[in-house]
Amino acid sequence: MVELTLPKNSQITPGKVWPKPQGAKTLTEFRIYRWNPDDGRNPRIDTYYVDREDCGPMVLDGLIWIKNTVDPTLTFRRSCREGVCGSCAMNIGGTNTLACTKGMDEVLVKGVVNVYPLPHMPVVKDLVPDLTHFYAQHASIEPWLQTDSPPPEKEWRQAKDDREKLDGLYECILCACCSTSCPSYWWNGDRYLGPAALLQATRWLKDSRDERTGSRLDYLEDPFRLYRCHTIMNCAQACPKSLNPAKAIAEIKKMMVERQI
Amino acid sequence: MADSPQRIDRPLSPHLQIYRPLFTMMMSIVHRITGVGLYFGTAILVWWLLAAATSPSAFEAFRSVAGSPIGLIVLFGYTWALLHHAFGGVRHFIWDFIHGFGPQERVLLAKASLAASVALTVILWVVGLAVKG
Repeated sequence: MVELTLPKNSQITPGKVWPKPQGAKTLTEFRIYRWNPDDGRNPRIDTYYVDREDCGPMVLDGLIWIKNTVDPTLTFRRSCREGVCGSCAMNIGGTNTLACTKGMDEVLVKGVVNVYPLPHMPVVKDLVPDLTHFYAQHASIEPWLQTDSPPPEKEWRQAKDDREKLDGLYECILCACCSTSCPSYWWNGDRYLGPAALLQATRWLKDSRDERTGSRLDYLEDPFRLYRCHTIMNCAQACPKSLNPAKAIAEIKKMMVERQI
Repeated sequence: MADSPQRIDRPLSPHLQIYRPLFTMMMSIVHRITGVGLYFGTAILVWWLLAAATSPSAFEAFRSVAGSPIGLIVLFGYTWALLHHAFGGVRHFIWDFIHGFGPQERVLLAKASLAASVALTVILWVVGLAVKG
C-alpha cells in the first residue's frame, strides 16, 4: 500500500556529531543512519569525519575506518570488499549501491557522504536491513534446474548459443539494490516479487536445460507477483553489476503473451 | 515457544524521503498523474457533449466556463495530459518489444516523449486559436 510518509517509530531525529580526528588535513563528512534496537529511541543521523589520508577511497573504507577509529558500535554488513558478495548494499548519496565499489568522491552531495540502509525495509540495526522476505521471494521462484527427462549420464549439456542467453542474468549477486530501489516494491513488496526475484525467474525461464517453463510462468502470471512492474527503471539504474532487471521483466511479460498465441 | 525472542518494533528505513529522483522515475509518476487527470478530462468532455445535446442555453453555460481564463488553462492542461499519457503509452509499447532499456535509450526515450507532448500541445493550441481567430 502506498504510504508516502514514514511511520512514527521510523521518523528520523537529529543525532550526534562525532569529533573530528586530530591532526587530519583532508576530511570527508559522513552522515549515517543509526538505529539501535536496545535503546528504544527513534532512528537518528550521526555525523562523522573521515581522515582521508588514513583511509582507502571507497565508501566501505570510510565505514570501516569509522568503526575502527571513531565508533565501534556502527553496524553494517560487509565481506568481500570487491563487489561479488553483495553484503554491503546500502543507500549512498540517494541511490542504492555497494559501499565497496563506490568511491566517496563519486557520491558527495554538498560535500557529504549520506549513508542509509536499503530503502523501505525493516531495520535490524543501523545499516543492516532485514532481508528475510526478500530471500523468501527468491526461493519462491524455485531458482534451480528442474527437469522431467531422465538425468543424463554426465552433465546436462548446453550449446554455446543457449549458454549466452543467460548472460546479463546469472551475474546477479542478490544484493537487493534493485528491489529496494523500486517504488512499486516499496508499496507492494508483500506481494510483488520485485526486480531481483524476477530477474532470477528470467534466468531459469531462459535456461535451455530447464523443462518447467510452463509452470514457472503459471506461478508468475499474477497481477501482483509480476505485473506490479511499471517499468520505472530505478532497478536498472541502481544495479551495481550493471544488469537490467527492467528488461528481464519485460521479457517475462513477452513470454506470457507469446504462450497464448 | 517460551524461549522465542521478544518481538521488536523495527523501524522502516526511509525511502521517498532519501531516494534521489531519477528522470525515468519522475516520468513514471507523471504518467500515473496524467492518467488520473484524464478521468477528469473525460468528465469535461461528457459535460460538453451533454450540453450540446441538451439545449442552446446549456451549451452556452459550458462555453462560458470553458472559455474563461481558468477554463482555458484547464483545457490546456487536459490537452497536455492526454498527449503526455499517449506518448507514455507509446513508450510502453516500445518496451513491450524489449527495446529502449539501455542506460542511454531509456533516458532519451523519456526526454523525447516529454518534449513531444509539450511541443504538440503548444502547436495544437497555436493552430487551434489561429483557426478560431
